[in-house]
Amino acid sequence: MKYMGELSNNSFSNILTVSQVNRYIKEKMSKDLILTNIWVRGEISNFKNHSSGHMYFTLKDENSLIKCVMFRTYNSYLRFNPENGMKVIIRGYISVFERDGQYQLYAEEMQSDGIGNLHIAFEQLKKKLADEGLFDLAYKKKIPYLPRSIGVVTSSTGSVIRDIINILNRRFYNSVIKIFPVKVQGESASGEISHAIEKLNESGCVDVIILARGGGSLEELWPFNEEIVARSIFKSKIPVISAIGHETDYTIADFVADLRAPTPSAAAELVMPEKLALKSRINELTLRLVNSLLSNIRQKRDRLYKVMDSAAFRQPYDKIYQERMKLDILSKDLRKSMLSRYDRERSKLCLLIGKLDALSPLNILSRGYCIIKSENTGNIVKSVNDVDVGNNLEIQLKDGRLYCVVNDKSS
Amino acid sequence: MAKKKENINFEESLRELEEIVRQLERGEYSLDESIKAFQRGMTLSRDLSKVLDDMEKKISILIESESGILKEENFIETGDE
Repeated sequence: MKYMGELSNNSFSNILTVSQVNRYIKEKMSKDLILTNIWVRGEISNFKNHSSGHMYFTLKDENSLIKCVMFRTYNSYLRFNPENGMKVIIRGYISVFERDGQYQLYAEEMQSDGIGNLHIAFEQLKKKLADEGLFDLAYKKKIPYLPRSIGVVTSSTGSVIRDIINILNRRFYNSVIKIFPVKVQGESASGEISHAIEKLNESGCVDVIILARGGGSLEELWPFNEEIVARSIFKSKIPVISAIGHETDYTIADFVADLRAPTPSAAAELVMPEKLALKSRINELTLRLVNSLLSNIRQKRDRLYKVMDSAAFRQPYDKIYQERMKLDILSKDLRKSMLSRYDRERSKLCLLIGKLDALSPLNILSRGYCIIKSENTGNIVKSVNDVDVGNNLEIQLKDGRLYCVVNDKSS
Repeated sequence: MAKKKENINFEESLRELEEIVRQLERGEYSLDESIKAFQRGMTLSRDLSKVLDDMEKKISILIESESGILKEENFIETGDE
């Protein structure tokens, strides 16, 4: 039995350095068939995306963990961003980081364990762009009412473009359609789609863009979920109508677009009003225009006739005549009443004159009475007491005067 | 180049025509104004019809040359049903 720390003869000659130990372990591992190509599932934690582009994280299960690294060359192919808590499946190799004596899992591929890479990527991008405001209603442009030319970004073969053309022809037989052919699935599709939108904007040769693709799986529709397409749609000054997949398919392009149509055919219907309907509307308006002018004129003319027909218009002097007649009657009455008044006053006057006359002293004289005046006083004698015997009296009779002397008086 | 100005005018002109007809029918104009409005309405109606008829049918496919210029070529419609 050896004491702890006592070295046997064998081990004494094989004293290794730390580096040698680490290298030995690394080499051992590199020869192991399982360790050089291994699939591991676990949950991500301590995730760090280094500025160098390399990703460092820990993969764990309920009982233990293993350190991982995914170099930039590999992680650039990832369609989603790994996050803490995500359950993933990694393909890679186990090796040793010699400097630290640390074995780790070198990840070459990573995929979601359960939900699906694409779904995660979809949700991540959707959230990111929504937060940036790319889906906001405020940015949505109005689709022009009567576009003079329509740009269609789609595959130049297949039923989609045929359907769009047919419907546009039916609704408006002289529409101008410009097709920008692109790949609608596969790796290079998103780049072509984005480029098409930008090129159409650059040339300004269309008033509206329809981005169309028929139905397909999530993978097939994937180009329309890519950021580059979303950004091109958002930047587009020309309004974009998205018509991708079936009615129930919603891609990120649909959220960013100015209008989403459930199908490419629906897009064609949305973009172009029906020419016949427009023509008949214009004709209807023109007819109403003419009719209402005529009725307007008729109304005014009727009003004019009514006025011309009125008594005031036909006999404008009638009122004057009426008033004049009234005036004549009044003045006649005035005359009459003045004359009768005159007569009345006149007879009153005669009456008074008669009375006056009767009371006139001259009248009295003519009846034989006389006026006696005293020459002495000059006053009229009314009583025997007014005179004395011997007074001179003047007696005025109707036809002259008598000059007398009072001989005697008695009462 | 898309004639953007005329594009805007179509919708606006149509609205203007509708408004003129509405007001004329309500009898809100004097006789002078009625005649003026009618003339404007007839002009609009003529212009709108002209726009609809003038549009030329054309279906083309865009080809981008190496220098980045877009060229139009007639699109051959295959299998019209």
